[in-house]
Amino acid sequence: MAMLTVEDLKIYYATPFGHVKAVDGVSFEVREGEVFGIAGESGCGKSTLVHSLILRKPPMVHMGGKALFKGRDLMRLSKEESRKIRYTELSIIPQYAMNALNPTKKIKDIVWDLAREHGHTDREEVERLLRERLKMVKLSEKVADMYPVELSGGMRQRATMVVSTLLNPDLLIADEVTSALDVTTQRVVIELLHHFMREGIVKSIIFVTHDLALLDKIADRMMILYAGKVVEIGPTEEVINEPSHPYTQLLLSSLPRMGIQYRKQKLRGIPGYPISLLNPPKGCRFYTRCPYALDKCPSEEPKLVKVGEEHYAACHLLGGEDQ
Amino acid sequence: MGFRRYMVRKVVVYGITFVFAVTLNWLLPRLMPGNPIEAMVSRSGGAASSQLIKFYEEVYGLNQPMWKQFLNFWVNLFHGDLGYSMLYNAPVSSIIKHALPYDIAILLPAIVLSWLVGNWLGAIAGKNKKYDRYTMPLFYFLASMPYFWFAMILVYVVGVKLGWLPYSGAYAPDLVPSLSWTFIKSFLSHWILPFLSLFIVMIGSWAIGMRNMIIYELEADYVRYLEALGASEKLMTKHAYRNAILPQVTGLALQLGMMVAGAIATEIVFNYPGIGVLIMNAALNQDYFLLQGAFLIVVISVLAANFLIDIVYAFIDPRVRASYTEG
Amino acid sequence: MARESRLALVRIAFRNRKFQFGFGLLAFFVIFALIGPLFTPFAWNGLYYENVGGIKIASYGGKTLPPMSHEVITTYTGKKVEVLHILGTNINGQDLYARLVYGLRTSLWIALLAAAIGTVLGITIGLVAGYKGGWTDELLMMFTNIMLVIPSIVLLVLIAAYLSARTPGIQALIIGLTGWPWVARAVRSQTLSLKNREFVHLAKLAGLSDLRIIFTEVMPNMVSYIFMAGILQFSGAILASATLDFIGLGPTTMVSLGNILQRAIAYNALQFGWWWWFIPPGLIITLIITALFFINIGLEEVFNPRLRRE
Ligand SMILES: Nc1ncnc2c1ncn2[C@@H]1O[C@H](COP(=O)(O)OP(=O)(O)OP(=O)(O)O)[C@@H](O)[C@H]1O
Ligand code: SF4
Ligand SMILES: [Mg+2]
Repeated sequence: MAMLTVEDLKIYYATPFGHVKAVDGVSFEVREGEVFGIAGESGCGKSTLVHSLILRKPPMVHMGGKALFKGRDLMRLSKEESRKIRYTELSIIPQYAMNALNPTKKIKDIVWDLAREHGHTDREEVERLLRERLKMVKLSEKVADMYPVELSGGMRQRATMVVSTLLNPDLLIADEVTSALDVTTQRVVIELLHHFMREGIVKSIIFVTHDLALLDKIADRMMILYAGKVVEIGPTEEVINEPSHPYTQLLLSSLPRMGIQYRKQKLRGIPGYPISLLNPPKGCRFYTRCPYALDKCPSEEPKLVKVGEEHYAACHLLGGEDQ
Repeated sequence: MGFRRYMVRKVVVYGITFVFAVTLNWLLPRLMPGNPIEAMVSRSGGAASSQLIKFYEEVYGLNQPMWKQFLNFWVNLFHGDLGYSMLYNAPVSSIIKHALPYDIAILLPAIVLSWLVGNWLGAIAGKNKKYDRYTMPLFYFLASMPYFWFAMILVYVVGVKLGWLPYSGAYAPDLVPSLSWTFIKSFLSHWILPFLSLFIVMIGSWAIGMRNMIIYELEADYVRYLEALGASEKLMTKHAYRNAILPQVTGLALQLGMMVAGAIATEIVFNYPGIGVLIMNAALNQDYFLLQGAFLIVVISVLAANFLIDIVYAFIDPRVRASYTEG
Repeated sequence: MARESRLALVRIAFRNRKFQFGFGLLAFFVIFALIGPLFTPFAWNGLYYENVGGIKIASYGGKTLPPMSHEVITTYTGKKVEVLHILGTNINGQDLYARLVYGLRTSLWIALLAAAIGTVLGITIGLVAGYKGGWTDELLMMFTNIMLVIPSIVLLVLIAAYLSARTPGIQALIIGLTGWPWVARAVRSQTLSLKNREFVHLAKLAGLSDLRIIFTEVMPNMVSYIFMAGILQFSGAILASATLDFIGLGPTTMVSLGNILQRAIAYNALQFGWWWWFIPPGLIITLIITALFFINIGLEEVFNPRLRRE
């Protein structure tokens, strides 16, 4: 069953020079009980995409498309409706998780302030839950009575994970939660996310990263973005073992011996630079860097083509014009 | 616990500062060109015969070796003996004792109330851009005014032109300080203008500080996080205000010296019988004992206030305590 | 920071509204101080001088007149001259416009000198403390913090009272000597963060001397901070100097803005309603300090784009 269905979503940034087309017609779905991975180079629009689901603030503008979350279109919710479902149904662990907690408030006070905003009335119950969850992530329950400044960076990260998931959201967005961590801590964080899923604390996770190797570990299905567009989407195993899009292939071949060495590896090593999102080309956005570019690539946009069971990619090499 | 280390450190630092200030006070006249005693004697009338000067030098122990003079200085200080004022013909300590309450009467309410009002206004400006556009230049203008000049304007407009309030002295000249109703009424009406002149100018700098802090805090990651988790505008503001107001407490300590200086000049405008007028008279009449005594009292008061603020701050801001627990 | 980019910053600064306002206001007063005397026949002390055989002899009306008053002065040789008092006269009949212009000159000059002294001292102490670290740092910062807590105006009064002859230079010196701690603190923290950057390490590896590294690698990277600290010193010095003058401890040889205000109080200008005597000098001080504030926030926005608020 689909928890979230995104259809042809367009999220732009309004700037003095025009619209930055950071997310330009993206469609995918996240099912109940799965971890959905999103990967792509820095600046391809990953954060823009997931943040637009939670909170759109200027200069971010919604230019079209839908995001159906449990039957409601997130793009059309009123301010108050959207405020209400945040945290209780849809939550996020932000990229800046280590600094996300107000340094001068005790963690239990931060949690209580937030829980109260969502209609909770029993402070003791909320605190009991907090302590229980803190123990679950291997923190002392005393952490609840501490100020975030009294914790180390890694402890703060874990505390933020507890805070973000405390009200059992159905869908959890984890935006680059592992990027700033060393390998061991990365593994711990991944473990915790799995644990949250097993315990039924969260039903589905969107896991955003630029580390493809990590997705292999955690994601059931994944999507690769390039310059605001989906280039490939499918079950993780298939995408990683049989990549269909030239960009995915290049990404994977630039990884140092996949599966053996999980070194923090940024998606680079592909010659050339991504195109400007202010004036993207009409055709395939990857043609400036694609080693196989065809004549029609700069002018004709490739559509997503089915390449396997639930596996799609957008490239002219894969045929599909006749569709 | 980190709090003890914090306290110990503070006590040491303030102790050293105190010793330094006293030493400076002792050293300065001895470093300066000219002979202060000579100047003082010739000021208080009569030609300064060398015998008279010698006499005074003996009285003040200036013929003793330097180390002994220094020691005596400390001993006297701890006995509350700050020397004798030739200008007022009275011990310096008793003159200061009579002046100090007036300073406290205008400075303390001015600082506390301006802090509250200024922070409140600044917080509104930081939140509301429309309002900010008009108030920000006003705050900067207020903060740029010399206290004593604004005091002069108040005297001229409210006191002289409108004739609403008295503007000279601390009470009507025909009264004697007592707890009578007439005296209190007279005291209060004389108090309003000096108080206002400090209060209004101080508002400017608090408001600026708070406005900048709020803008900074509202952009902080923890506010973004609260918003992402569905916090209401009210809750975000509440968290941001709290963090913005904390540095303003430290600001209190940093600005104190400036404000005291402002009060000194302001008292002169109103001829208000506090330390400010003493300092002016002492400086203009070369009454060095009085001047030194006043300097010491001001420094000690400022140090004490700073110390107090530092301790309060450690209680209210967990960041300070945390920085002393680690390592 | 490359040379071009610094030029670009200057260009951005001049496009910043707040900077424009502050810079314009300050420039106005500086120009006024420079060319103001052209519009009045009066000398620095507000008196009218006549040249009699190589000797200048003063003459004045002795009346207290409001702004834009015309007055006929009879000079020493008996000539009658009609003069205009743009800002009126004080109790002795001295022209206040002339006193204001020359007073502004003195005040700006003192502030400039004091700011230069304070900034150079502060930079030196901050650089040494930050760069050397260890005990040098501990001691210097202890000293800096002590100087920060002691109210500098009171210290200034104490020093000034012991000086019988006070020139603008001496006032600038003592203000500079008490004003440096703020600069030292800012420069030290900047130095600390720069010290561990790559280019400093490279310079050290290349065997450059500490002094050379400080001057060629560290200093150029904090020009903006130093400049802003200097501006704050300048406004602090204007205020300090005005306060000292107002208490009666100003230069004994020249007129200054604070000095005009002190005279106004001493001669009861407030009670007599001679507003033209005390409003203009204070207003000028206030506006100059406002201008400096605006220059600083404008620059801050230029150097730190996060603060820009449109
Ligand atoms: N406030 C903004 N105004 C204009 N453009 C923006 C803004 N924020 C982001 N962008 C642009 O939108 C594009 C997508 O940014 P986004 O932060 O979504 O990328 P990302 O994939 O999350 O990158 P990273 O891996 O670095 O986090 C980038 O090209 C970026 O320059
Ligand atoms: S569509 Fe053309 S340019 Fe784009 S990836 Fe495929 S071959 Fe390369
Ligand atoms: Mg991102």
